[in-house]
Amino acid sequence: MQQFIRETGVVMPLDRANVDTDQIIPKQYLKSIKRTGFGVNLFDDWRYLDPGEPDTDHSTRRINPEFILNEPRYRDAKILLARDNFGCGSSREHAPWAIMEYGFRAVIAPSFADIFFNNSFKNGLLPLVLDAALVDALFARTQGAETYALTIDLAAQTLLGEDGWSAGFSIDPFRKTCLLEGLDEIGLTLKEADAIRAYESRRRADAPWLFRE
Amino acid sequence: MAARTLYEKLWDSHVVSTRDDGSALLYIDRHLVHEVTSPQAFEGLTLAGRTPWRLDANLATVDHNVPTENQSAGVDAIADPTSRIQVKTLDANCDAFGITQFKMADPRAGIVHVIGPEQGATLPGMTVVCGDSHTSTHGAFGALAHGIGTSEVEHVLATQCLVTQKMKTMRIRISGPLGFGVTAKDVILYVIGQIGTAGGTGCAIEFAGEAIESLSMEGRMTVCNMAIEAGARAGLIAVDQTTIDYVQGRPYAPTGADWARAVAAWSELHSDSDAHFDVDIAIDGTLIEPQVSWGTNPEMVTGVHGVVPDPALIDDPTKREGVERALKYMGLTARQSIQSIQLDRVFIGSCTNSRIEDLREAARVVEGKRVAGSVRQALVVPGSGLVKREAEREGLDQIFRAAGFEWRDPGCSMCLAMNADRLGAGEHCASTSNRNFEGRQGTGGRTHLVSPAMAAAAAIAGHFVDVREW
Ligand code: SF4
Repeated sequence: MQQFIRETGVVMPLDRANVDTDQIIPKQYLKSIKRTGFGVNLFDDWRYLDPGEPDTDHSTRRINPEFILNEPRYRDAKILLARDNFGCGSSREHAPWAIMEYGFRAVIAPSFADIFFNNSFKNGLLPLVLDAALVDALFARTQGAETYALTIDLAAQTLLGEDGWSAGFSIDPFRKTCLLEGLDEIGLTLKEADAIRAYESRRRADAPWLFRE
Repeated sequence: MAARTLYEKLWDSHVVSTRDDGSALLYIDRHLVHEVTSPQAFEGLTLAGRTPWRLDANLATVDHNVPTENQSAGVDAIADPTSRIQVKTLDANCDAFGITQFKMADPRAGIVHVIGPEQGATLPGMTVVCGDSHTSTHGAFGALAHGIGTSEVEHVLATQCLVTQKMKTMRIRISGPLGFGVTAKDVILYVIGQIGTAGGTGCAIEFAGEAIESLSMEGRMTVCNMAIEAGARAGLIAVDQTTIDYVQGRPYAPTGADWARAVAAWSELHSDSDAHFDVDIAIDGTLIEPQVSWGTNPEMVTGVHGVVPDPALIDDPTKREGVERALKYMGLTARQSIQSIQLDRVFIGSCTNSRIEDLREAARVVEGKRVAGSVRQALVVPGSGLVKREAEREGLDQIFRAAGFEWRDPGCSMCLAMNADRLGAGEHCASTSNRNFEGRQGTGGRTHLVSPAMAAAAAIAGHFVDVREW
């Protein structure tokens, strides 16, 4: 997993609540059996004016100039700023894959849908929960300038804007460590293999019907 | 021991170890697998040189991508090459790793959340996970069931465990009795309309009360299916005699001495009477009428006699813009009556409403009638091959066909339009599925979520009507 330590980048404001996973990456692209190739289809329905399929040459599609992602000033944006309940909908991990591959390293919102939140951590994408008032303050800053850059320091748990605006944020310590070190969770869990086996033999005794072998 | 909620009992009985930060390693009894969210997980497993921890805990099927016509022609006949590769990839992975799979056209195959309970592979007291958000469905059995992402699919395959945080507990008590013609689908749509799509975020929602107790297992599955649409990863319903009667005799259910032991253990699977919930909500179920969604998320819903809201009357700017955007997308005007919405297609299917009772309910409404000429297509897609077979045994397929419906092979179909079944841009669809997001059923498509009976009546009328007056 990609580490996340400290990132500085332009903030792209997406001023909508309930951005769902069908919007983040539409289902026709989920037919892929790979982990990559989704960046070009991030926010596909909003980003392009004509419909796309997995075998479409996306470089020839008509761009929607009204959608914020297509504004030249946000070309290198690294931080996505959003409203409540970001990532609601399906469990597709293709959503954080698409966001990461496009170039974002963090999404800041007042709240996230649970599965999206969880999936993000597994991929080195930081879903950062911030009080609604602080999110409002950030929206105001992005709207008041051509671009607005922000530094996210995960170790220190701080945000620092280019104009000196700053705030702290909280994060679950285990998830923080995993992100800082880019840890492989499966490897970590397998270190507890003995405990899993012990649980399993208790379970087999208590509820043998759950085991068919 | 202190009083515990059902969620807490399920949690406690599956903890392998706890970590300092409150997260735990939770043991997973059942892992359901389908073709869309598993290929990258199997690939990860192979790359790391790992093998599944426990084969018999896994059960796989293909559902999202399969065509709903002519499945018996086999996988090679799937027209869309990317879908074909994805289905073949699951077949190959299950064969290579030795995982039990119901392949396409096996009568036991179907939508993952239909086949688990149907086989008895979902049992009370289990932890059930699947790379699909509607895994909440299985909570109807007093099981702790929720969706996971692909990294977690790989984690569960490799370790039989999940690293997870305890959810908050929420109880929604719905009084009864439900009115005539009001179904489980109307109950859950109404609840989401009340608490909102983020109302249950971070929670496991236990549904309780007379309205829930009176539902069949299939109705309870419909309710728990949509817990995720209220933001909750898990829905739960206590085990009672209805649960036990449903499970008995299914292929994966315990038998003999194990059956008696299991039933005794399952009788504990309810919240203690003095258990504490973080959030406790009471809903008057007698007020619920048949529901129709008008917008682009499931909280944008109203009764069949209602009207589309007027954004000008909404104070909160984010909310107002959301409603404005939804009305524009849906091609509706403020204060338009629900019953004036004309329909282009009707879809009866999905893991919410594709079980035998759903099909019976819809068939009863359409029997002897004809789909309106203005409706371009009316589809019935059974949830599994076994549902299809049973419906045909009862002659429901004949009723649907005679009324002008298409009778299809099982799968997810137009619920998410990954196969050929989809809406055209601008088309309105009465759908028994669970999501009305923009583009969900096809780019530009306009979804209205309803119960099977309401969808059936709408197909006949060509617009929404109150099925109770039918
Ligand atoms: S029927 Fe629809 S919601 Fe259910 S699993 Fe299939 S795609 Fe998902």
